[in-house]
Amino acid sequence: MLGALLVMAAIAIALGAVLGFAAIKFRVEGNPLVDKIDSILPQTQCGQCGYPGCKPYATAIAAGEADINKCPPGGEEGIQKLADLLGVEFKPFGGETVPKPKSVAFIDENTCIGCTLCIQACPVDAIAGAAKQMHTIIAAECTGCELCVAPCPVDCISMVAIEEKITNWKWKYPVYALTPSAINTVR
Amino acid sequence: MRTLFKFHGGVHPPTNKAQSTRTPIAIAPLPGKLVIPFHQHVGNIAKPLVKAGDRVLKGQLIGMPGDGLSSAIHASTSGTIAAIGMEVVAHASGLPDLCATLIPDGKEEWIPRLGMDYRTAKGSDVRLALRLAGVVGLGGAVFPSDMKLRAGKHKIKSLVLNGAECEPYITCDDLLMRERAMEIVRGAEIMRFALDAEEVLIGIEDNKPEAIEAMRLAAAASDDKMEVVAVPTLYPGGGAKQLIRVLTGIEVAAGVRSTEKGVQCFNVATALSIYRAIQFGEPLISRIVTVTGNVSNAQNFEALIGTPVDELVALAGLLPDTNHYIMGGPMMGVPLPEAHVSVVKATNCIIAASDELFPVPPPAMPCIRCTRCAEACPAELQPQDLYWFARGKEFGKAQEYSLFDCIECGACSYVCPSHIPLVQYFRFAKSEIWARESDKKAADEARERHEYRQYRIEREKQEKADKLAAKEKAALDAAQAVKPVQPPVMAVNPDADPADSMQLKIQQAIDHAKQQAAAVQPKNTGNLTLQQQAEIAEIEISRARLRERAKSEVEPPNGHDKN
Repeated sequence: MLGALLVMAAIAIALGAVLGFAAIKFRVEGNPLVDKIDSILPQTQCGQCGYPGCKPYATAIAAGEADINKCPPGGEEGIQKLADLLGVEFKPFGGETVPKPKSVAFIDENTCIGCTLCIQACPVDAIAGAAKQMHTIIAAECTGCELCVAPCPVDCISMVAIEEKITNWKWKYPVYALTPSAINTVR
Repeated sequence: MRTLFKFHGGVHPPTNKAQSTRTPIAIAPLPGKLVIPFHQHVGNIAKPLVKAGDRVLKGQLIGMPGDGLSSAIHASTSGTIAAIGMEVVAHASGLPDLCATLIPDGKEEWIPRLGMDYRTAKGSDVRLALRLAGVVGLGGAVFPSDMKLRAGKHKIKSLVLNGAECEPYITCDDLLMRERAMEIVRGAEIMRFALDAEEVLIGIEDNKPEAIEAMRLAAAASDDKMEVVAVPTLYPGGGAKQLIRVLTGIEVAAGVRSTEKGVQCFNVATALSIYRAIQFGEPLISRIVTVTGNVSNAQNFEALIGTPVDELVALAGLLPDTNHYIMGGPMMGVPLPEAHVSVVKATNCIIAASDELFPVPPPAMPCIRCTRCAEACPAELQPQDLYWFARGKEFGKAQEYSLFDCIECGACSYVCPSHIPLVQYFRFAKSEIWARESDKKAADEARERHEYRQYRIEREKQEKADKLAAKEKAALDAAQAVKPVQPPVMAVNPDADPADSMQLKIQQAIDHAKQQAAAVQPKNTGNLTLQQQAEIAEIEISRARLRERAKSEVEPPNGHDKN
């Protein structure tokens, strides 16, 4: 009887040691869910969600503090993806939050006074320039967050919608006109 | 006789090829103007080398190949560049792209042309010559040919020349093989040499007996091991993977290049332009275009790149009830946005379409899951499932079901009893997936930049704080240096580790306190001259004497004078 107890105790201790070791050895740094959420977010770093960037918003979602429908640049598709990932119901955008067409900032270089305020505001370092030098947007890096628009003291920054070019053109979802002749063919 | 293999599926649409094979290839006359796009190939756009007002010669390089995958663009004839600007091009989008507008002067004045001997030249020189000659795949994919002639790490056993031309209506390769077989064979010799391939297989569908005969004669005259193989007429037998399968039995799996299996495939017209480019130094400035459909004299034309489509179809006798044009065949072609767009390197065929010839398809009915599309699919996909995913915008699923193996041949749409435009759905899904992938890439870059920016701001803050601390300390040290007291003694315990900053800090703090205590001493006690010190000493002595005297009146007053 005692032997059996000892054996069981020894096994329990050994397994406990293995588990304890594994918990230390294979510990996952940080919360993997935050990274998963962050990878769905569009990384505009615009703060429209009320958090100072995509990562803080992702952290808040993971902690259950934020709703999934606070990211207009991600669009409804982003909400859908977040809903799928988190296993919650899809939630449409509330009230005023409407996704806008993708755009990039544009600096009117004739008006720019070189104050660097927009450079400080840009979350992704997409504005080139220096004090008292003309600034310009690196369009390829601009996420369209609009954070540079407000600080400009001379209102020389505007948002320009990305125009459709051959290089970014997409085949459209098939739609076909219902003409009377076509309907007659079916009949 | 070579054993031929069979690919999965395939359909037999009416070929409609006879109309345009009755007359030989005609040389299209010089058009009034040429609009030459700078992006006619797969890869990066060519960089314009000329500006409006420049006079150019026939074959002059006007577009330098961009970085990486790209190709050159040339002036198709001599004349004056009227403009460099955005023009609507032959693309399904109907969007404008950068083009050079060339007004021909009618002199057809060539640049100096220099051929090269590919047998003695370095392989890289041959490829560079092809790149600068703007030679791209003329079968429709317009992939830069120099890239395909790179030997790579895989041994190429078979070079396949694609003369199958399976798409209905199109006969440009057929006529080219009939009339210029020898030049094609010479081009094949150059490619075989560059790739060091063992054999050349020329696959031609058996509905082109004249072309097969001409090519057999030409191939027999070659020293290389060359075989012309008649393959059964079955659409899409001219797809590269399908033709390779039929000729060699090799299945090129998804995501695998045919070169990894030892096969490289070129179009016959590409072989001819490679020959012209290497042998005579002639860049790719013209191509054979089939003009057919709703015209009175369907015919093949050798047209300069940049020729407006409406001028070309007028040559074939355009019939009045034409309502739009299709570039390519009826299965895979795309409708042209406007009649005045120009012929590009990818333009193998222009079909004038009328309601009678191509009636508006009846409205799509629901999918009844008959799987006839799956039976017809040459890529062995399940189009009915892919359709479902594309319609529901479940793009991840569509990719799982190998959407990107779809060659958009249109066999599924052709057989669909519900007239569902399946290929349109697949094109839609593919371009959505590409757009998402590029968005994802952009988002990843933005994340990286944002994280780096935050790191940088943090670092700058730290650096600023460090600087400030250093400055304060320096100011303090300087203030101490001018103080009258003795310099602080660094009475650090010699046994202690000098790196032991704690010890050092404590010592410094003690010193600091000592110095402060010293600093509050009366100002008149330091910095005394010797004379002052002597005076003070004298005064002290006399004070002491007076004190002594007050203590004992007994001792004589001079008793302490010696001291």
